[in-house]
Amino acid sequence: MEAFTFFLAAIISLAGACGVVFLKNPVHAALSLVATLFGVAIHFINLEAYFVAAVQVIVYAGAIVILFLFVIMLLGVDRAESIKTDPIIGQRQIAILAVGGILALGALIGVAFSGDVTGVPPENAQKSTYEGGTAINSDHVHSDDDVRPDQNIKDIGRALFSTRYVFALEITALLLTIGVVGAVVLTRRPKGELDPLPDDDPPSIYRDNENSSDLESTLSRDTDALDDAKADESEKDASEETEVGRE
Amino acid sequence: MILGLSIGTEYYLALSALLFTIGAGGLLVRRNPLVMFMCIELMLNAANLAFISFGKEMGDLGGQLSVLFVLVVAAAEVVIGLAIVVAVMRRRPKASVDEVSVLRG
Repeated sequence: MEAFTFFLAAIISLAGACGVVFLKNPVHAALSLVATLFGVAIHFINLEAYFVAAVQVIVYAGAIVILFLFVIMLLGVDRAESIKTDPIIGQRQIAILAVGGILALGALIGVAFSGDVTGVPPENAQKSTYEGGTAINSDHVHSDDDVRPDQNIKDIGRALFSTRYVFALEITALLLTIGVVGAVVLTRRPKGELDPLPDDDPPSIYRDNENSSDLESTLSRDTDALDDAKADESEKDASEETEVGRE
Repeated sequence: MILGLSIGTEYYLALSALLFTIGAGGLLVRRNPLVMFMCIELMLNAANLAFISFGKEMGDLGGQLSVLFVLVVAAAEVVIGLAIVVAVMRRRPKASVDEVSVLRG
């Protein structure tokens, strides 16, 4: 039964993760993120971490994803991103190859040192920790094998406010306060008119047509600085070349 | 049969590695800042899964407590990150991180 739950939740979470990466519309990506988070919450329940599973659903699916959707709707950036066009030539292929290679390397290391991954071999780990042996904070280890959910919550509460973790808890409170203040400061509308955007943008590799016409107008404007114009022209040629190469 | 299989820690670790890989690949491949944040959340979730499975393996509650702290940090990170995205997008309504490679304007 545990295996069935594991594979079901694994399929849900992996499908959701693939959806986040491959779906073009950000709204759809956010909804697949919810699927992944639910799958991971099922894994948490399977691993007897009941409180964390509940917090996962409430905080992640209830708060963070809603925040994502809120910003997507606020900014109106819910139009599809073209996955086909590659802004930096070959960057995606290299990225996929590198990530796959690192995964293969990690799997290889995991297979080679499978006895040493957790530091303690599994049979010893079960025995030693449940007898209060090598566990880091053996005060809070549940003694019986099947944990009841309310016992899990009590254990977490006791451990969180014990002298071992209470300082970290206070620091997270400070962090959340800083987060709130930072969000308010960052999104505040500045008074008065904003300066116009600088039109000497660094040459973007993928300029579309309207932007390249902008570039031409700026070129005709500063005819006095001949060297600059020449430099810009060479940059424009480069960008045009990359555009042709992209097509 | 596959349903009678006992699921050890290594299964969860393999799943965690897969989730982290998908998140890292998405972070490198996508250009929309919001989707990149979602990929960061995927990677954090993979780390959380590894934390909890190791905590179960060792019989230690520290794994679950670490996950709680990671949750708080992830929430703060998303709040600040989305505030920056909103502030930048207000000036340059272009949904690509390559357009804001210079932190100015």
